[in-house]
This record gives sequence, structure tokens and C-alpha cells, in this order.
Amino acid sequence: MPMPHNISELFTITDSQDIIYVRRRGMDIALKMGFNLTKQTFIAAAISELARNILQYAKKGTIRIRSIEKEEEEGKNGIEIVANDEGRGIQYIEEALQDGFTTSGSLGSGLPGTKRLMDEFKIESVYGKGTKVTVRKWV
Amino acid sequence: MSLECGISIQKIEDYLIASIQTTLHDEAAEQFQNDLLVHLKKTHAKGVVIDVSVVDVVDSFLGRILIEVAAMVKLAGASVVVVGIQPAVAITIVEFGMQLKGVELAMNLETGLELLKKQLKSEDM
Repeated sequence: MPMPHNISELFTITDSQDIIYVRRRGMDIALKMGFNLTKQTFIAAAISELARNILQYAKKGTIRIRSIEKEEEEGKNGIEIVANDEGRGIQYIEEALQDGFTTSGSLGSGLPGTKRLMDEFKIESVYGKGTKVTVRKWV
Repeated sequence: MSLECGISIQKIEDYLIASIQTTLHDEAAEQFQNDLLVHLKKTHAKGVVIDVSVVDVVDSFLGRILIEVAAMVKLAGASVVVVGIQPAVAITIVEFGMQLKGVELAMNLETGLELLKKQLKSEDM
């Protein structure tokens, strides 16, 4: 049975260098946890998108990367990434999860793309208060 | 140009080879687009190969940069091809749903240069 991991790291996102750092750390952690290269790359891409969203829409925020274990399946390990900001929040969550929807002039594929790369995806946002996105992937 | 900012641009024959590193951040990416166009004008290069073989992380930002650079180089009258996408990065691009519209792709530097030369030949005819 794989060794349980006990990882929890918090990153502050305030500029584009932070994006590069946090996704690199995420890739390292994923490797250490036993994810294959493709899944490591998925995880790094998801972290990059979440960090970029923080910068673009809230200017600053945090990302926590931690190891998790599936409750209903003992020994099943995974990685959880929580992106938190106190920006203006998302007014139209349904739309934000549609391909091609953007309020910033980007490609509009960030959130839906991130959702496809990960196994679990949860978004909570209060308009005017902030946004919290939680994603998970199992080894 | 220094590798620290994530890019290097070299000239081989009539072509520019621009290498992108994973450490390319947003400000450097804008600088890269600008520098590449300046290089193109100065050297009268006929084509550009964008080498991403050392890039092991991709996101929608990098996708957008590639699409924009390809469009700009074409507007400047040269051909462009992106080479060396790693398998895991290619899978990520597809799963993510990113569409690299208007971006020509080739396996490696060699096949990329061949593609550009072929394109130029067919334009001459």
C-alpha cells in the first residue's frame, strides 16, 4: 500500500512569477505523490489557470496544495488545490463554466478547461466578496 | 536574449529559431512578441520556427501567445511553425480543449524547417 502523504503548502499569488513558482511546486508534489507525467502536466496546467484567474480578476489571492485521502476508499490518495481570493467574485457562474465565455478578452477556456483536466471541481463565489475554487485529482 | 526571461532567438540561414522555456512569464511574453517582430524586420527572415521542446507546462496563456505570435508573423509576411510539443503537453492541450487555430505544427526543428522551406517553394511557383 502506498505511504500516506502529509502535504499542505500555501502560496500567495501577487504576480506572474508566482504562477510559475506555484505550478512548478504543484508538479513536484504531484510527482512525489506518484502521479504519472501526463497527470502531473494536467495538475500543473490547472494550477496555472487558477493562479492566473486570481491575478487577472482579484489581483491577489492564495493557492493551497495538499494531499488528501478518499474517505470511501482507504489508501486512495489524491491532490487538492484550493484557489482563494477576495476579488469581485463571479456574477454569472454558469456562463463562466461555458467554453468561450470571457469578460477579459482571453480565450475563455480557463475554467471549463481546468474542470476537464481534473476529477473533481467545485466553485463557490459571492459576487462582490470573492471566489473559491477547489479541484481534486486522484492518483 | 537571456534564457532567464524564458526566450532565445537565433538565426539559421533565412529562418529565425525562437525557443520558449517554461519560465516564460506574462511580461516576458509580451516582450517576446515585440522582439520577434523587430528581429524579423531587421534580418529579413522568411520564416520563424518556435521551439517549445523544453516546455513541460502549458496553460491557456501559452496557447494564446502561440496563436498571437503566429498571426503576427504571418501579418509581417513570414511563415511560422511551432515544433517540439512534448507528448504530455499535447495530451493536456487536447484534454483542456485548447484550439491552436492558425498555428502550424511539426514534430521537431528539422521537420519544422522542411515545412517552412516547402511553403516558401510553393509560394514561389
